[in-house]
Amino acid sequence: MGRCVKTMKKPALEIEQLSFAYGKKKALDHVNLTIQPAECCILLGPNGAGKSTLFALITRLYDCREGRIALCGFDIKRESLKALATLGVVFQQTTLDPDLTVLQNLRYHAALHGMSRKQADQRIQQELERFEMYHRRKEKVRQLNGGHKRRVEIARALLHKPQLLLLDEPTVGLDMSSRQSIVAHVHALVKDDKIAVLWATHLVDEIYPDDKLVILHQGKIKANGVVSDVLQKTGTETIREAFSHLTEGMAS
Amino acid sequence: MRIFHYWRALSGIVSREVWRFLYQRERFIAALVRPLVWLFVFAAGFRSTLGIAITPPYETYILYEVYITPGLLGMIQLFNGMQSSLSMVYDREMGSMRILMVAPLPRGFLLMAKLVAGTFVSILQAYAFLGIAWLYGIQPPLDGLLWVFPALVLSGMMLGALGLLLSSFIKQLENFAGVMNFVIFPMFFMSTALYPLWKIKESSEWLYWVAQYNPFSQAVELIRFALYGQLNQYALVYTGAAFVIFMLLAILGYNPSKGMMMRKGRG
Repeated sequence: MGRCVKTMKKPALEIEQLSFAYGKKKALDHVNLTIQPAECCILLGPNGAGKSTLFALITRLYDCREGRIALCGFDIKRESLKALATLGVVFQQTTLDPDLTVLQNLRYHAALHGMSRKQADQRIQQELERFEMYHRRKEKVRQLNGGHKRRVEIARALLHKPQLLLLDEPTVGLDMSSRQSIVAHVHALVKDDKIAVLWATHLVDEIYPDDKLVILHQGKIKANGVVSDVLQKTGTETIREAFSHLTEGMAS
Repeated sequence: MRIFHYWRALSGIVSREVWRFLYQRERFIAALVRPLVWLFVFAAGFRSTLGIAITPPYETYILYEVYITPGLLGMIQLFNGMQSSLSMVYDREMGSMRILMVAPLPRGFLLMAKLVAGTFVSILQAYAFLGIAWLYGIQPPLDGLLWVFPALVLSGMMLGALGLLLSSFIKQLENFAGVMNFVIFPMFFMSTALYPLWKIKESSEWLYWVAQYNPFSQAVELIRFALYGQLNQYALVYTGAAFVIFMLLAILGYNPSKGMMMRKGRG
């Protein structure tokens, strides 16, 4: 647990020349991406753009054969355990045990990260309080609504104080107010805790003006920069326009 | 300290599995009813038709119920191993296997911990079954109840590793029926769980051959001898070797660069 102090100045995520193919079908094509601490990077892309593949590679579900991924300066292949220790993940599907309580789910995660019971309970309280879920810790996950489950999952991903938080379309299937509250919570994390965030989505209204925006289309990065820069470069006024300009325009 | 990390992770994984099992009460009852039906109905029915001569580890003539008790303990573990493999496939789809896989610990260790957890649950079931069998009159020596513990650990690990292996290679175990037909039934029926080897040899040479080399047979024999305070060395080595082979293949299956995850997890 804990932050990798000696590597504080290193980028939270560095991806260099990353390519990946399923058989002959290219899913990622020479992707380069760097995320600094306290940076919120929104990865925008239509379905099938390669977002899930990218996440699978960063979380080491698959090995990258071409290119390199480093987390806090730790190479994901050579120093995978150190790299994974700096990473918090919220997967697209819910990964909580519905039959167990919130507390049991979180303690399980804390144990996987080697925290003692005392440390774990302390961190669980801090994170659940932040998401206003502490009073519900003894309830079974089954009893929570979708938005609350998501909050618990984000709290869980933060227990071991990761440097980089990966979120794979965390707001899919949530109602408007739950979505807004999660978007606001994550942006507050970036600001308050200086954590780096990589947030995959296809919903443009989840993006704040000073976020870093990366548009992925057919396995290639089409735009990479602060929102205003992307708008300027594409000569568009809204993210929606920029997005369709870059994805539909290129495809035709 | 690194060693504490491993220990905490292991106890976290085991306690999660135990809680899950205890909360799913239907699963607990189902796990007990299955072998009990075999014991109370099947074995009772066959008692008169099947005479079991004195063979080690038994020192007197025994009732058929006594003979199949170790086989039923094996069955509990076989079902449990397959069920936890099924839950692993399900888990992986649900993503909680991914949560496990992103933990900063070696994958081999995580899979092994998962296996220990599954085995622990199967041993809880096995002792619950032995308790009921005791009341029914099947009373192995008391020290046998102690000796059977390490045997159950090894057999549980072996069958769990087999399940793990299947889960890494089979893309989708859509329903339990497929596993029942192609793994559980053949393994169970073509073994020494229901009839002793010499009895099988009398009726079918090939079945004798299959039963002899079926790792499930050896697991059952290991349990059978342990239950009477004896060690069957051949069964011990055979079961241990089967465990090592299944486990290595399963670790290979879950290896991100060499394994089968690549072919499956598209999208």
